[in-house]
Amino acid sequence: MKYASQAVAKPYFLAAMGLFVAQILFGLIMGLQYVWGDFLFPQIPFNTARMVHTNLLIVWLLFGFMGAAHYLIPEEAQRELYSVKLAKITFWVFLIAGALTIVGYLAMPYARLAEVTGNSLWPTMGREFLEMPTITKIGIVVVILAFIFNIGITVLAGRKTVVNVILITGLVGLAVMFLFSFYNPSNLVLDKFFWWWVVHLWVEGVWELIMASLLAYVLIKTTGVDREVVDKWLYLIVAMALITGILGTGHHYFWIGTPNYWQWVGSIFSALEPIPFFLMTIFAFNMVNKRRRDHPNKAAVLWAMGTAVMAFLGAGVWGFLHTLAPINYYTHGTQLTAAHGHMAFYGAYAMIVLTIISYAWPHLRGHGEANDQRSQVLEMWSFWLMTVGMVFITLFLTGAGILQIWMQRIDGTETFMVIQDKLAVFYWLREGAGTVFIIGLLLYIVAMFIAKKPAEAEAS
Amino acid sequence: MLVSSKLKYPRGDLAVWAFIYAELLVFSLFFVGYAFARMLHPAEFAAGQQTLNPVLGLVNTVFLLTSGWLVAAAVLACESGSRSLALKKLVVATLLGLAFLAVKGYEIGHHFAVGYDLDTNTFHFLYLFMGSFHFMHVVLGAGVLVILAVKVNRGDYSNGELRGLESGAAYWHMVDIVWMILFPLVYLMR
Repeated sequence: MKYASQAVAKPYFLAAMGLFVAQILFGLIMGLQYVWGDFLFPQIPFNTARMVHTNLLIVWLLFGFMGAAHYLIPEEAQRELYSVKLAKITFWVFLIAGALTIVGYLAMPYARLAEVTGNSLWPTMGREFLEMPTITKIGIVVVILAFIFNIGITVLAGRKTVVNVILITGLVGLAVMFLFSFYNPSNLVLDKFFWWWVVHLWVEGVWELIMASLLAYVLIKTTGVDREVVDKWLYLIVAMALITGILGTGHHYFWIGTPNYWQWVGSIFSALEPIPFFLMTIFAFNMVNKRRRDHPNKAAVLWAMGTAVMAFLGAGVWGFLHTLAPINYYTHGTQLTAAHGHMAFYGAYAMIVLTIISYAWPHLRGHGEANDQRSQVLEMWSFWLMTVGMVFITLFLTGAGILQIWMQRIDGTETFMVIQDKLAVFYWLREGAGTVFIIGLLLYIVAMFIAKKPAEAEAS
Repeated sequence: MLVSSKLKYPRGDLAVWAFIYAELLVFSLFFVGYAFARMLHPAEFAAGQQTLNPVLGLVNTVFLLTSGWLVAAAVLACESGSRSLALKKLVVATLLGLAFLAVKGYEIGHHFAVGYDLDTNTFHFLYLFMGSFHFMHVVLGAGVLVILAVKVNRGDYSNGELRGLESGAAYWHMVDIVWMILFPLVYLMR
């Protein structure tokens, strides 16, 4: 670690991992509720578990992105963070606001939460993924603005690299697009139309910039390849992400009441959305092949290559499967969507955060460039368990989705719940794969805590 | 270390070429889509074509092709060291690009004015969308030409390092190639 202020990333990473575990626990609860309908009812109804599962995902990824920015910005800008104190304040405010929101979800019915938090004054609640009370949303905006101010000043006063400029651009985009969560028109079509400006333009727009910059940073550090080469790749990836991703929003506008031409625009541009992810895969493997050094943190390199491959498969291939309007006509909102969502989020965003934590953690613990061999081996086990677990979750949901499409949309003689019953075997298998996933996640955390300095490990 | 960019293939920056291919991919998806839609709705497409003015399209073809040729000639002129000639060619090429934009802008404006819009039917959507999308590429390309002209004027390419100029020229060429498919496909094919 070159700058003392980078240490402020540590609590962010710890919070991210804690919330990640909670997210997966709620995932397992919901997975079980698919086949055991009244499991934990009425304490945790399915809709609450789902809300907690998806909201925790967003919050822990945001913690991960913020930790990553606090870690890499000082090093890229070649100066200390503008204010460590502000970084600590934003951490605690965000953590407490997030925790209170989750407690609110679990402690009372959603309608009551809306009432208590004064939703009627400025209604923003009740929309998928953006269920948090208006006051929490305001809190998020304040935290993100303070955070961007902090790292923005650091970059402005220091060295500007392509990596930190793209990271800041992505984070500013994240903040700007989130503002649409405050716009809640009463016309349902318009409501959905702008809702996607948050949801789609985050994960298929500005978050890709964040992912690309974090990946580039770790690859520069672990392979020693020239920045000039990396910068060119970054420009290309970012250009393709925005060209395909912005108009690609249209693939959500096929059936919500918008004009028909969105079927053309959405199909064509989103069909090309795999390109930036494919470029990231080639980029990662190219850099590792051209490496000028063998970095001792092998686990971090494994994560970096893993995230590139899994993002391409999950976001690129599984997204493409159902992005063309004539196909989406049958597949819309089935388990195939869930399959894509799981692998895309894991591959692109969960894994990039795990990559940067894997790279930064030995530095933050004062272990030098890498942890001891034993904890790295454990971490690689966690990589394979989580990744294989997720591949199987995706495959089982894809199987369930294809059958669901056939029975419900093509054959169409049976009702939704009858068909869901027939898919039970897939849901049980998915729950099994989910259990493997959480074992992998726990191993990752164990590896973080048992890690030693390589020299100390040898001595003992 | 390469002394002259002549030894290198493709000329220009590889990243720009990747970008160009990606752009071509987007347009080609639209062209394939157009072909299928036309096959499914021949009457609608035939009627739609009647509302277009092929003479304006032809004029624009001449503008873009001449402009493309001038930019290629500007690269050669720069290579042989005649900077002022290269600059003149680039300026005229840019003006022709702007002329294209004026004609195309009039055409699209007129199309809306007589009552067609993106939602009229598939033909009118494709005509307007592909045309506007290409229009925006001409805007970007013309902007690139202006930057190239400024750099040629400053003597940035006097050291034989022409990659920036070649990359910009390649991009501009992509813009006219796309038009060379778009024009006959949408305006002329019966």
